[in-house]
Amino acid sequence: MTTSAATGHVPQHVPPGHILRYTFRERLVHWLAALSYIYLLLTGLAFWSPWLFWLAVFLGGAPVSRMLHPWIGLIFFAGIVQMFALWASQMGVTPVDREWFGAIGHYIRNEDEDMPPAGRYNAGQKLLFWGFMFFGVLLLLSGVVLWFPEYIPWNLRVLRYIAVLVHASSAMATIGLFLIHVYMGVFAERGAIDSVIHGDVTEEFVRRYHPGWYKELGNSSTSRK
Amino acid sequence: MSQAILRIQKISGHAGSVPGEDTQREPTLCKLIDTTTCIGCKACEVACMEWNDLPFGETVFGNTYQTMPETRWNYWNLILFNEYEREDGTLMWLMRKNQCMHCADPGCLKACPSDGAIVQYTNGIVDFQQANCIGCGYCITGCPFNIPKFNQETKRVYKCTLCTDRVSEGLEPACIKSCPTGCLHFGTKEDMRELAATRATQLREHYNFPNAGVYDPPGVGGTGVMYVLHDATQPELYGGLPRDPHIPWSVRLWKGPLKWLGNAAMIGGLIGLVVHYLRFGPKTRDEDLEVPHEGAQP
Repeated sequence: MTTSAATGHVPQHVPPGHILRYTFRERLVHWLAALSYIYLLLTGLAFWSPWLFWLAVFLGGAPVSRMLHPWIGLIFFAGIVQMFALWASQMGVTPVDREWFGAIGHYIRNEDEDMPPAGRYNAGQKLLFWGFMFFGVLLLLSGVVLWFPEYIPWNLRVLRYIAVLVHASSAMATIGLFLIHVYMGVFAERGAIDSVIHGDVTEEFVRRYHPGWYKELGNSSTSRK
Repeated sequence: MSQAILRIQKISGHAGSVPGEDTQREPTLCKLIDTTTCIGCKACEVACMEWNDLPFGETVFGNTYQTMPETRWNYWNLILFNEYEREDGTLMWLMRKNQCMHCADPGCLKACPSDGAIVQYTNGIVDFQQANCIGCGYCITGCPFNIPKFNQETKRVYKCTLCTDRVSEGLEPACIKSCPTGCLHFGTKEDMRELAATRATQLREHYNFPNAGVYDPPGVGGTGVMYVLHDATQPELYGGLPRDPHIPWSVRLWKGPLKWLGNAAMIGGLIGLVVHYLRFGPKTRDEDLEVPHEGAQP
């Protein structure tokens, strides 16, 4: 049994030899954002290219996709806000993070033993987090303009011109982050996807990928073990 | 004329070939509006509403003839009244019949993501197909003339069709038919260009309008609606007619370089991840380094 450092309550049973990595609230927020993002991605790609317009047909028709995309966008943004509340304090850039980016070649070649000791989140995860925060805000602002183009007066039409560019390029940036995130979580780092579903990871996972955090947990009196 | 003139030569949001592209050489059709003989009677406005069966909308009263500030989803043809004081103190009352310009290079069509929601026929008419419209409003952003208008009830966008239904049966558009002064003309672009040039010459040489000229902006590839203006050097006087309209820079950037850059990045990223997985595979775990059956967790 353990208590979460993030919320201070919601005890959850963790099997022996495992560590609780994500609390129920963290997992819930993650999947709220993840599922809404996937919907936004598919409908957004449908509007992006005629080659992918069938995605909108598949999802109930393009007019429905046009109607729901902004509302799901608001849900996604609510997820972003929750994530900020949960994790922003843990996403500060440390000297280790700078070293981590310097050694990213080892990370790419799976030479994790040569990496500087990452904390609960490594520098790449922090980049993902801040990337989604930054582009999430840009997507919201430009998205509001695109939601109601007919209310933008002719004299302020430059807002629409900026919005179409900002929305598309911010979306592209998040797609890059998203692809790497899914690849890391599902394919590269075995145990990661389970941790965001069930909450726990093996001690070995923490020792190997987040040695800084492992040390912190070992020294801490409220160990999660 | 037959239905054959309604073959499509440009189509919005379409993957693949376009059915009518380069298959026929239809004459491009064109409206010519001689602003110098318009008397602002609004007969064209009424004819447009009647023929297209558009529901009436409320007008505004501001002590001018301008009972509506701009076109609406249900008001496609609007005369803009402009009082202009010349340098010598005399007043000119400039009237311009405003409607879709049926650009040869339509910004609405370029911006539209929905397959077949906006088409351009081989005769040059740019037509919205509301059945295929998804209500995103990108055409509003793409248009350099502020023409497409959104209907909040149907969530679709509407504009002048150049009376496609009449034209395909060999008739002139309703507005043309109603004009009592003959300031509205309709025919092939070639004929209208000639007529416009003749009229502009007449205005310059015999009516003391040295700047008279024809408005057929090349920035949008020329338009299916041309104007004869008393002063072609100042089109802005005629209710903000843009001097040099283009498809907005951001729409061109968005639908051009940004699209190809984005596609290349997405496809390249996917390929990169697959190659990474094949080359390096998943990250190593302790059990991968141990002899099988001895690596059980404590």
